[in-house]
Amino acid sequence: MSVLVYIEPREGKFKKYSFELVSYGQRVASALDQLLHILVIGKVAREELNSLGQYGATNIINVSEDIPFDDQVFTGIISNFAKQKEANVVVLAHSLTGRAIAPRLAIRLGAGLSTAVNGLPASYKPFIVNKKAFSGKTLVQQEITTEVKVLTLSQNTAGITEHSASPVIEEINSDAVASATKVVSTEVITGKVLLNEAEIIVSGGRGMRGPENWKPLEELAQILGAATACSRPVSDEGWRPHHEHVGQTGKVVAPSLYFALGISGAIQHLAGISSSKVIVAVNKDPEAPIFSAADYGIVGDLQSVLPKMTEAFRKFKAS
Amino acid sequence: MNIFVCISNVPDTTTRIKYKPGNKEVDYTGVQWIINPWDELALTRAIELKEANQAAIQKITVITVGKADAEPTLRKALAIGADDAIRVDVAPEDAYTTAVQLAEVLKSEKDALILSGVESSDFNSWSVGGMLAELLDAPSVSAVSSLNIEAGNVVVTREIEGGKQTITTTIPSVLIVQKGIAIIPRIPSMRGIMTARTKPLKVVQGIASQPMVKVLDYQAPAQKSSCRMIDPENIEELIDLLHREARVI
Amino acid sequence: MNFEFTEEQLMIQQAARDYAQRELIQDVIERDTHSIYPSKHVKALAELGFMGMMVSPEYDGSGMDTISYVLAMEEISKIDASTSVIMSVNNSLVCYGIEHFGTEEQKQKYLRPLARGEKIGAFLLSEPEAGSDATSQRTTAEDKGDYYLLNGTKNWITNGNTAGTYLVIAQTHPEKGHKGINVLIVDRDSAGISVGPHEDKMGMRSSDTHSVMFTDVKVPKENRIGEDGFGFKFAMKTLEGGRIGIAAQALGLASGAMERSIKYAQERKAFGIEIAKHQSVAFKIAEMAIKVENARNLCLKAAWLKDQGKPYGYASAMAKYYAAEAAMWITTEAVQIHGGYGYVKEYHVERLMREAKLTQIYEGTSEIQKIVISRELLHIH
Repeated sequence: MSVLVYIEPREGKFKKYSFELVSYGQRVASALDQLLHILVIGKVAREELNSLGQYGATNIINVSEDIPFDDQVFTGIISNFAKQKEANVVVLAHSLTGRAIAPRLAIRLGAGLSTAVNGLPASYKPFIVNKKAFSGKTLVQQEITTEVKVLTLSQNTAGITEHSASPVIEEINSDAVASATKVVSTEVITGKVLLNEAEIIVSGGRGMRGPENWKPLEELAQILGAATACSRPVSDEGWRPHHEHVGQTGKVVAPSLYFALGISGAIQHLAGISSSKVIVAVNKDPEAPIFSAADYGIVGDLQSVLPKMTEAFRKFKAS
Repeated sequence: MNIFVCISNVPDTTTRIKYKPGNKEVDYTGVQWIINPWDELALTRAIELKEANQAAIQKITVITVGKADAEPTLRKALAIGADDAIRVDVAPEDAYTTAVQLAEVLKSEKDALILSGVESSDFNSWSVGGMLAELLDAPSVSAVSSLNIEAGNVVVTREIEGGKQTITTTIPSVLIVQKGIAIIPRIPSMRGIMTARTKPLKVVQGIASQPMVKVLDYQAPAQKSSCRMIDPENIEELIDLLHREARVI
Repeated sequence: MNFEFTEEQLMIQQAARDYAQRELIQDVIERDTHSIYPSKHVKALAELGFMGMMVSPEYDGSGMDTISYVLAMEEISKIDASTSVIMSVNNSLVCYGIEHFGTEEQKQKYLRPLARGEKIGAFLLSEPEAGSDATSQRTTAEDKGDYYLLNGTKNWITNGNTAGTYLVIAQTHPEKGHKGINVLIVDRDSAGISVGPHEDKMGMRSSDTHSVMFTDVKVPKENRIGEDGFGFKFAMKTLEGGRIGIAAQALGLASGAMERSIKYAQERKAFGIEIAKHQSVAFKIAEMAIKVENARNLCLKAAWLKDQGKPYGYASAMAKYYAAEAAMWITTEAVQIHGGYGYVKEYHVERLMREAKLTQIYEGTSEIQKIVISRELLHIH
């Protein structure tokens, strides 16, 4: 029996989310007294793989080919290793890829699936996990009753633990089967921090008054190394692209720090940001519901507050 | 080709969630039921495609797993423009059992493009579409944000980490769709509402299947402690708090 | 007795609500401020079938009952009464009038485009010196053998400029008093019609209200509805149904203002607690709910009677009177609950208050409704 964690490199590097997944796997494996296997698909340098030892990786399987992503193909690769290593717990990120693979993988392994779990299992026997439902309006304790379990872990819910393992690295070919889907083109947004991975998000709402006022917001994001986002009315109005829409029907995010600028805080928006560690709200209406979700609040007009914020954070970063 | 849209019947997204005593079940009394928002967008896009590609798309069928109380939601889907509806007469338990019931009905459909919303707004499990595809041994494309039929081929755009990909897929396929596939769900016209009654709504019996996960307990999330207000003239205080107290910068 | 709605009725209510809350709400303040006609929304509502809701599908209508119409009017009016009055005039005055009293030729030619909402209708009864007193018509329709010659001025005409089809009430035989009045279908583009400037109103600012002047306008004889001298009866009959539309509009203003008040009272804090927990506010909301419920029941009763083919003039007068008075009280109190926020446009309730005022005035003032009700009880006819 073992624990298998699948992590995704991006351009040959690992992000913080991957370290959290490795740490998580280490803690689950040690609680179950089982071996931990980390599976990486894609070409990654040896040092980068070795660095996972800091988070408790002892055994790493690296399929060192750049295989175009396909739900079925990746499910096949991961399930093969899961079977080979007799994994009874398989952990993935609750990322776009993790979400795509996990349900297929669960069926292929005859496993029960729990997605977007928060933190470590509440119990291992029976296997009980915590998660949210109704878009964050309720917490659920769920038991997975099958022998094999597949989980996707919500970002920033388990934290990173430091270790000093020197991992054994196995480099393997995938024997990947041909995919039924064909990629015609790929478009990658470069030079921007991604919403799904961002530690800090600067988000604007209707209170920004118009697309022409986004410059200072983008400046603030740049200073903080943050991703930019927006509320639904803003993307519906076409002020910002749809992929920036955070909320119930848009993206659900879980950064350490979320700035809600000129966002009133409709229940659908709050559903998308409720997993943020810290929320800072700026709004001219002191009664705006966003303040009941925020940790820190400023009442004021963005036209004057935002430039002051940008200046102050610039100074802070420079010091 | 026929398009199948999997429909989940969910409480209105503004519903305040209450529990039955013991916190083991959600109390659904007085809840207004709606079509899961992503499924509604999928249906909207399916109808747009059929209107534009009469030759390529023969029929749009909506399918749900649920008891008779899910029928108003199916009827609304018919009013919006689906041609017929199937209800698998089983109370939904978990994503797995739902996918099993859908697969049982859809396994004989070879000329099918199956659409499923990325998640449902009640249990947010992001699971049914992928499970269904695996059970059917059909390709799936997840996080689909646009869908077109070009010269008989299914062309989709999917979101990937850090960008997007344009993909062609074969039939049958399961497309797991998100916002962008359509932006505003279609509102049924009165003619649609009147004809919905005469459109076929078939009820089929489910097959035996055991859930793999079960809910033990519900709880309201902890209330956030109150918001600390900061003077707009003193942004330095905010920075100091974020740095020293919250330790996020 | 059955207080349940049918599945179709609920779907229509939901469709109207979805349209209103998603689409109509956008720029509603802007439209009100600058008196912008909601042409995009009229077109969209027409495509959904809301412009000829109760007209038989045989004439391109939606074939819905009056209950559905009340439910739809309420939802649209919660968000924008300027749009719902356009809908009301087209549905319950113009389409109803032609469908129930017109000839087959008139229905084919005029009702179809009106029911599809491709053309919008207007109902021209009020005059500078004949508002509530409809008997003293100064506009004349002189019988010239195979046509009528129309002369005179009509005032406060909803859809006055945008309408493609007018229903004009005019006097043909002054010596016969109200029995000499006729109703004529008049094409908007007939020679001799001029439309006055847009009225700058207190509320319902984006509906298109004008005076309309007729100078030697020739109207073919076949455009007369009913027998010679049927016009006054036509107007009275049609207005009985029109009142249901306006009553439902007032109901929407009332329930819309109440919903906003409930939401606000739960969010806004004063003296450390939500204002909803202050009894003075909580009791006001209870009174609002009672009035809304009463108004809704009266509207639905009148609609039900009409759908059953039973007399409904008395019930519709009561519904219109009560709903309009309730709307005025509730919208005024909604502004009060909102305090300073209520007095600025962003919170909508001041607009609902301005709009509510008109429901006490048009299609029969509150005083006229009391005349109708009391005459029925006192057997004065």
